[in-house]
Order: sequence, then structure tokens, then C-alpha cells
Amino acid sequence: MATQEIALPGVSGSSVSLIERLHGLVVTVDHKKLGLMYIGTALIFLVIAGLMAVSIRLQLVIPNNTLLEPDVFNRFFTMHGTSMVFLVGMPIIAGFGNYLVPLMIGTRDMAFPRMNAFGYWMFLFGGLLLYFSYLGAPGLAGHGSAPDVGWFAYAPLTARAFSRGHSTDYWILSLLLASVGSTVSAINVIATIFALRCPGMKLMRMPLLVWLMLVTNFMILLALPGLSGAQIMLLIDRYLGGHFFDTQAGGSAVIWQHFFWIFGHPEVYILMIPAFACLSEIIPVFSRKPIFGYPIMVGATAMIGLISVSVWAHHMFTVGMTSVGNTFFAISTFMVAVPTGIKIFNWLGTMYGGRIRLELPMLFCIAFLFQFLIAGLTGVMLAVVPFNWQLTDSYFVVAHFHYTLVGAFLFGIFAGFYYWYPKAVGRLLDPRLGLWHFWLFVIGFHLTFDTLHFAGFLGMPRRIFTYDAGRGWDTLNFIATVGALFQAIAVLLLAINIVRSVKKGKLAGNDPWDAWTLEWSTSSPPPDYNFATMPAVRSRRPLWDLKHPEDPDWKYE
Amino acid sequence: MINDASLPLAFEPGGWNLPSSRKVALVSLILTETTLFSIFVAAYLFYVGKSLTGPMPRDVLALPVLATIFLLSSSVTVVLAERAFNRDRVGLFKLFWFATIVLAGLFLTMTVVEWRKLIYHDGLTISTNLFGTTFYSLVGLHASHVVVGMCLLSLVFVLSLRGFVTIMHRERLQMISWYWHFVDAVWIVVFTVVYVIGR
Repeated sequence: MATQEIALPGVSGSSVSLIERLHGLVVTVDHKKLGLMYIGTALIFLVIAGLMAVSIRLQLVIPNNTLLEPDVFNRFFTMHGTSMVFLVGMPIIAGFGNYLVPLMIGTRDMAFPRMNAFGYWMFLFGGLLLYFSYLGAPGLAGHGSAPDVGWFAYAPLTARAFSRGHSTDYWILSLLLASVGSTVSAINVIATIFALRCPGMKLMRMPLLVWLMLVTNFMILLALPGLSGAQIMLLIDRYLGGHFFDTQAGGSAVIWQHFFWIFGHPEVYILMIPAFACLSEIIPVFSRKPIFGYPIMVGATAMIGLISVSVWAHHMFTVGMTSVGNTFFAISTFMVAVPTGIKIFNWLGTMYGGRIRLELPMLFCIAFLFQFLIAGLTGVMLAVVPFNWQLTDSYFVVAHFHYTLVGAFLFGIFAGFYYWYPKAVGRLLDPRLGLWHFWLFVIGFHLTFDTLHFAGFLGMPRRIFTYDAGRGWDTLNFIATVGALFQAIAVLLLAINIVRSVKKGKLAGNDPWDAWTLEWSTSSPPPDYNFATMPAVRSRRPLWDLKHPEDPDWKYE
Repeated sequence: MINDASLPLAFEPGGWNLPSSRKVALVSLILTETTLFSIFVAAYLFYVGKSLTGPMPRDVLALPVLATIFLLSSSVTVVLAERAFNRDRVGLFKLFWFATIVLAGLFLTMTVVEWRKLIYHDGLTISTNLFGTTFYSLVGLHASHVVVGMCLLSLVFVLSLRGFVTIMHRERLQMISWYWHFVDAVWIVVFTVVYVIGR
């Protein structure tokens, strides 16, 4: 390994002081460091927003609880949702994209390294600005604190008359900043994938993760301006006296919902597709088979991308659209289940007949498959308009989207952590702690979100800060809160594992999982220049070709 | 197990051509900007005729013919400038490049004149009615893009006066020109939506 080290000026071993290392983080344009910074920052926000979720659950553990004041509760669910989507989900995607895409396509950095750093700092300052609202939002009039209008900030609740002080302004401006970061990061990933592939890495030879990152980042470009545009309009309304969402002057509150969900629904897939990407890399390696139906996977992802931009108004069935509108959005929502189902079958097809190794990344993938299936089924249920009328804004919806975003997205990302951590750090995560993390999280997840479905059936609306006893919700809420504590402990174990294994984990070597994509051909962690000599590939599994010269893939492609 | 930080594999015969990263990035930027404009255009079209009070578009808006001519011809001059640059005719390049900046400036001046009339004469501001809100937002969003383009053009012009723009910057100039064409194309949409359909 060390034979390939090239001494670079300014890059020395471990004898660097803390200040120098921090300075190194501030000035770095290296895609690997930025990728890890994205993920590290996202994990900090995950803990903060997760603690908010735990507080919300503790407030709801018994009827008529008084742990949180009503307005604190409103701030907590707003900040929880906003943080989880923009400060956890989006940067984790950017982090995985940054870290893995150049390594997987065999290049030395992103297409625009400085723009890459710019994107990270925009995201970080956006996040800090959002949390600064706790101090800065009261303004001169003394009203307002952190944003409390829900993560989708429906008009007219955000109008100046109803949202005094600067809480909503912090929500707008911090997300605009973070969106700038996401946009430049997306442009950068797309340019890298198209322009910097190593020789032989044709589009249809790219690892599926790279393909899925490409689709996700295109979706960011298509969806994010919906939110930014609507937020600019809201700023105009709030500060220049505009009337976009002002019903008194002929404006429409519903059009905010349209604009928000034109962004908001593709956003769900923007988050989900990178989780699919992790699965598409991990399941083949741990089933010892190439991915089943590679071109179909690519096509299904593109289909998800296309269809998901035409399903947004299924969030708005109760707003009073025409029956034509309702029908269109119900049908398009059913349709998006088709390519998603194809993906599930392809993962199962990959596992079928394979020699499955039940290591931690694979365990998370298998849990993902079960949970994502249920999440998809409840999604199809919610697309049935009359059913939706009954259950919209109830805990059934809360349970449904937490099934996708925790049960699927987070599980996929956790699988990715266990799989690529040895590449990024050079040491494996401790498998025993990992098993504890896995089982506690699975149990906690199901305790919380399985039960919340039933609370929804029994009529519990979302976002209420407390409820009366005797409505049949007491036991369900109690179980859900116990589950939340399980999940919190599990995430704590993961955090301990991540920190501890940096020094104490088992040495990984270049290729601990006997995998097939290019990132495993270089040392762990990879040197600054990634590859000492530029690789060239002849098939989708270049490392297979290298390890099995007697039976290489390229003979069959 | 491979313990080598490299993976030299047999190179396939034939060249390996990839698109330029700048071009991919600029096309991506244009894609996302197009979506942003679409949102504002959608809002404009949705609110056409929904203002509760005057002034209405048909009473106060005049076709900005002159401004349109200025902006569209600037797309021609930027192409001519690029062509001159590629043929290594530096003087001609500077001339056409400067002409582009002047035409952009004239376009913005026409916008200033129009807005001045609307504000002081017709009493239409961004808070007067829905028409004002949507009109100033959409036209202003486009004008802000013209300003950004003008800054880029002027930067290149100043650098070229000092002799810093050489043939190695060819693709960068091309990118600015693509962006400029995009701004012009958006104007055609804005023109159609605001001054033709919306009137």
C-alpha cells in the first residue's frame, strides 16, 4: 500500500496540530474531505433534530402532558422536519455523491473542486442560520422565535399578519442558502459524471450508485427552484407588500401548496434514490452475484424521476381540486409504484440463489426491503382519493412517510455507513456494537411507527401537542414513545461506534468486502490523488475482472 | 487481494472522448434556471386578470419593441464577437463584445424608463395589485439575470483591454455567450407572456 504514497508538499502524516487540521478542513477542496464534512455535519443535525423528535414523543407519551408548551411543540415539529429534510437528508446525499462518485468512476476529484467547497459552506451557513433563529428571530417587536409554521409553511400562516417577528424569514433565507449549496453541488456531480469518467467507463458501465446519483441530482435541479421561487415570492409578500399568497387581494393560498409540493414530492424521491443507490451496490456484493437487470434498474430510476415530478398534488386531495385533477394525480401516483416495484424485484432477484453473507450492511438492506415495501403499500393506499380524504393529516400519514424516510432512507444510508466506513477511515465499524444498533433500531422503529398507523386509523390528527385520555390513543402513543427511546439509544450506539472505530476498529485493508467497484482498488482511506495511475475499465465490475482474469466480465458484456 | 493503489487495465482501442465539464455544468445551470423562470411564469399566467383593483395591464403596458430589439441584437453581436475571437481578430472581438454590453445597458435603460413611467405616472408598484406583484417579480427576475450577464461581459471586456484574454479562454467566452443566449431566450418568453398573452 505504502509503495504508492507520493510525498506532496503540505501533506504530512499524523503529526499535525488540531489547529492545522481544522484549518485544513476550512481550506480544503478535496472531494473526500468535503464528502465526510457533509456527512459529519449532517449527523450532528441528525442528533439535534432527533432529540427534538424524542421530545415530541415524550410530550405525547401520556394524555394532557405538559412537558412542552404548545408553541415550543410547534417550533420543534417545524425544526425537526425542516432539519431532517434540508440539513440531514440533502447533505447526506451530497456527502455520498461527493465521496463516492469520483472514486467509483475512477477520477481524482470533482469537476469543480472550489465550487464543491462553496456548496458545503452554503449548506453549513444555511443550517446555522436556521438554528440562529432561536436567538435572532424575535427582532424588535419581541415576537417570534424559531420557525413554527410546519416544514411546508402553508400560506396564509406565513403572512406577516399571522407570523410576526422573523421566524418565517429565517426559515426562508436559511433554506434559500442551503438550496444554493444543493444546486451547485448537483451541477458539480452531474458535470463530474459526464466529463470525468476514466477510460472505458461508458455510461452503461457505471456502477448503479453513480447512475442513481445522476438521476437524483437532475431531480434536484428540476425540483429545488420550485421551493426557491415560492420562497422568493413569499419574501416579496412579506417585505415588499406583494400579493402572491394574499387572498384579500385576489391571491391564492393554494398556489403556495402547488409550488411547495412541486418541489416537495420530487424531494422525497431525491432522498430515496440515493438510498436505492446504496442498496444497489451492497446487495450484489453480499449476495455474491452481479446486480440483476442492470439496464432495467437504470430505466426504472429514470422512470421514477420522470413520474415523480407529476404526482405532487396527491398531497392536496383535501384542498378542493377538480375530480379531473384528483384522478390525474391518483393515477400518476399509482404509476410511480410500478418502477419502484421493479426495483424491489430486481434486488430480490439479485439475492435469489446468491450466497448471501449476513453482515451488517446486508442486514440493513434486508430490513430496508421489508420496510420499504410496507411504506410503498401505505403510499398506494393514500393515493386512493376517498381513503386519503379520511386519513390525510392524521398519524397514518406521519407513520407512512416516516416508514419511507426512516424505515427506508435511513436504513439504506446506515447500510452505506457500514459498507463504506472502512473505505473512508481504513478501519471497520465494530460489528458487535453494530448488531446492537441494528436490532435496537429495528425494534424501536417498528414499536414507534407500526403503532402510529393505528393511532391514525383511530383519528389522531398530526401536530396536536396533546390529547384527552380515553380516545383509544393512550396505549399506542405510549408504545410509540418507548420505541423512540429505543431508536435514540441505537443512534447513540452508532455515534459511539463511529467515533471509537476511528482508532480501535479492525484494520480494513483495501477491499474488506471482496467488492467489485473501483473505490475498493485504492487504499483505505484513499490517498489525496485517489489513484496513483488512472484506471481503465472494460466492464461493470472492473475488480472482478482483475481478480478473475480467467473469467472476466467483459467477455460477456 | 490487490494491495496496489492503482488498477491498470488493458486500454480499449479507440479514443476516449468526454464532453467538457464546463458545458455540462452550464447546461445544468440553464436547466435549473429554466425551472425557476417556469415557476414565475406559471404564477404570472395563473394570476392574469385576477387583480381586484387597477391599473390593469392593457391600460398601462406598451409593447417594449425597442428594448426587445436591443436585447435580441445583443445575441447577434456576442456571436460575432466570438467568431472574431476564434479568428484571432482581437480588435474586432473587443468591438463586438463592447457592443453587446452597450446593447444590454440600453435594454436595462428601457426597463428603467418603463418602470419609472409605471411607478410615477400610472401608480403601479409591486404592492399595488396582483398585476404589479407578478409583473415586477417576473420582469425583475429576468432583469437581474441581464445584470449578472452584463457583469460577466464587462469583466471579460476589462480583462481583454488589459490583454489577459487569450485563446485558452475560448471555452469560457463561449459559456458566457451561451448564458447570454439563454437570457435572451427567456426574454422572448417573458415578452410573450407579459406583453402579448397577459395584455
